[in-house]
Amino acid sequence: MNQRSSNLLDEALGLDQAIEPWPLRGRVVAIEDRVETSGSFILHHLLKRSLSRNPSSVSIFIAFAHPFSHYDRILRKLGCNLVSQRDNGRFFFFDMLKLRCPVGDEGTTPGGGLIALYGKIHKTISALPEISQKNVSIIIDDLSLMEVAANGSSDHVLDFLHYCRTLTSEFDCSLITLNHEDIYSIEDGSTFLLQMAYLADILIKAEPLATGLAADVHGQLTVSNKGRNKASNFHFKVKENMVECFYPGRSRD
Amino acid sequence: MAAAKTRASSFSRNLSTAAPSLGPGLKCGPNGTVLLSSGIPDLDKILGGGFSLGSLVMVMEDAEAPHHMLLLRNFMAQGLVHGQPLLYASPARDPRGFLGTLPSPAASKDDKSRGPEPDQEKGLRIAWQYKKYFGENQLNFDGQRDGKHEYSNEFNLRNPLERHFFNGQRVDCVSIQDSPDLSILQDRCTTFLSQLPRNDGSISCAGRIAIQSFCSPQCVYSNMEWEMLSFIRSLKNMVRSSNSVAIITFPPSLLSPSFCKRWQHMADTLLSVKAIQDDDKELAQLLTGYQDMIGFLNVHKVARINTQVPVILEATTFSIKLQKRRYLVLECLNQAPVDGSSGNSDGTSGSCSSSSKTGSLDF
Repeated sequence: MNQRSSNLLDEALGLDQAIEPWPLRGRVVAIEDRVETSGSFILHHLLKRSLSRNPSSVSIFIAFAHPFSHYDRILRKLGCNLVSQRDNGRFFFFDMLKLRCPVGDEGTTPGGGLIALYGKIHKTISALPEISQKNVSIIIDDLSLMEVAANGSSDHVLDFLHYCRTLTSEFDCSLITLNHEDIYSIEDGSTFLLQMAYLADILIKAEPLATGLAADVHGQLTVSNKGRNKASNFHFKVKENMVECFYPGRSRD
Repeated sequence: MAAAKTRASSFSRNLSTAAPSLGPGLKCGPNGTVLLSSGIPDLDKILGGGFSLGSLVMVMEDAEAPHHMLLLRNFMAQGLVHGQPLLYASPARDPRGFLGTLPSPAASKDDKSRGPEPDQEKGLRIAWQYKKYFGENQLNFDGQRDGKHEYSNEFNLRNPLERHFFNGQRVDCVSIQDSPDLSILQDRCTTFLSQLPRNDGSISCAGRIAIQSFCSPQCVYSNMEWEMLSFIRSLKNMVRSSNSVAIITFPPSLLSPSFCKRWQHMADTLLSVKAIQDDDKELAQLLTGYQDMIGFLNVHKVARINTQVPVILEATTFSIKLQKRRYLVLECLNQAPVDGSSGNSDGTSGSCSSSSKTGSLDF
C-alpha cells in the first residue's frame, strides 16, 4: 500500500506506466507554488527520475535560485550523485545566479543574456550524441528570478520560453519550470501565469492546506494533465529521501 | 538543537574531527550549515539554533511601531560582541548614531544569579515548561564549553553597548537616504562580502549585514521596484557564497502586493513583527501575561539550505516580552484559563452573574 501510494505523483504524471519512452518527452511541465509551500521538491523529484531512468538521458539544469552545492546535497539524499553525473556528461548545470541582462539596448539585443542562454542550451543539446538528444530534460528554477534577471521584462522571459518550447518539438525534450503563483496580482493582469498555463501540457500546483501548516501534511498538489485530460489532487509530505503522496486523510496507510 | 544533542552523545569525537573549526559565535547546524546567533536566545531556539550562514533573513515591519529595531539591535550587538564585521545601512541621515543605542550583553555573573530563579519558578508552574528550560540549559552549557565566548548572549536593553566593542572593529555604516540608486549600497556590500569568502574547512569569522527599512519612502529609489528586487537577488547570491548573514527589514505596506510577495519569496527566513494595540480588551482576556507583551513575532518561513524538507514549527506566533524591562523574551502564546467570573456564556452562569452584580451594588 505504502509503495503504491508513494507513487501518486508519478501516477498523475504518467511516469508509473511506461519508463520508455519517457512520458514527459516533448512535454512542458509548469509547477506553481506559494510562499507558504515551496514546490522545489517536485523539481528535485523530476530531476532524479529523469536522471535515473535511462543511461542515455541528459538533464540541463538552469539555476537562478540556488548554487550547485545545494542541489548536490539534496539529490545525494534522494540517491543520485550529481557530481558524477556531471562528470559523465549527463547533467549540465548552468549557474545563472549572477546573470543580469543588460539594460537599455533591448533594440539591438533583445533579451540580452537570455538570448545567449538559449544559444548555450541549443549548443549543448546539439553537441550531444544522437541517442541522448532524444532524452533531454530542461529544468528551470525559477521563472520569477529569471524575470528579475531580465529587469522585470516578462516579455523577454516569455520569448525565451517560447524558444525553449521549440526545442521540445525539435529534439523531443521536456521542459520543466517552477514559478510562484501568488506574485502575480489581479491588477497587473496575470498574463504571465495564463501564458504559462497555455504553454504547459502538465500543470502542477503546490498549495498549503486551507487549515494551515501541519507536521504530517505539508500541503496539497493538484496535477492537471492536458494530454490525458484529467486532474488529480492529493496531499504530500516531503522527506529527505522521498516525497510521500497520499489521498486526503490516508497519511497513516 | 539537533547539533547540541549529537555533540552530547558518544559520537562527539568523530564529529569534532569532521566538523570545520569554527570561530567565536558559530556552531554547526544540520545539513552542513553553520549557524550564528540572532542575539535573542529564544529566537535561536525557535529557528533551530540560529540563522544559517549564507541565508537572507527578511523581517516585515509593523508600519506604525519600531519593533523590528529590537531584532536589529540584538542581531548587531551580538555580532559586535563576537567581534564579527558588520555592515549597517539605514535611511537615517547618521546611521552611525544608531550604534549608540545597541544593548550591552548582560554580565555573565548577573546572568548566573538571575538564571535559575525564574526558571525554577516556571518549572514549578507547569510541567511542560520543563522542556523549554532544559533546552536553554543545554544551550548555555554548549556555549561555555566552546570557550569564553558564548554562542548567544542575553542583552540588557537598558545598558548601552560599551564603546570598545565597536571602536576597534570593521563596522561599516551606510546611509541609503540620499543615494539616487542602489549602486553605492551594492558596492559597499560587495566590498564588505569580498572579505569573507567561503572556503571549505575553517570558518574563523562571519559577517553580518543589517539593512533597515529598505524600501522606506525617504529613499530616492523607493519607487524603482525592479531595481530593489534585483538588488535583493544579487545580495542574496553574494551572501550565499560568503560567510555571512544578511537581514533586511521592510514595511510591506509600502510595496505593491505582488512585489511584496516577490520579496517574501526571496527570503530564506521570513519573520514579521507586529505591535499590540494599547487596550485590546478581548486579547487581554484570551492571553496570559498580556500586560507584559509588547508585540507579536510571526515566523513565516525558516531557511532550508541544503534540504528540501520544510521546517514545521509547533507554533508560528510568539509574543515579544520585555522581562524586567531589560531582556527581550519570546514566548509561545498561552491561552488564559477560563475564569469562573468571566465565563457567563450559559444561562445558569448568567443568573449567577446577575446575582453577583446585585452583590457588587451593595458595596
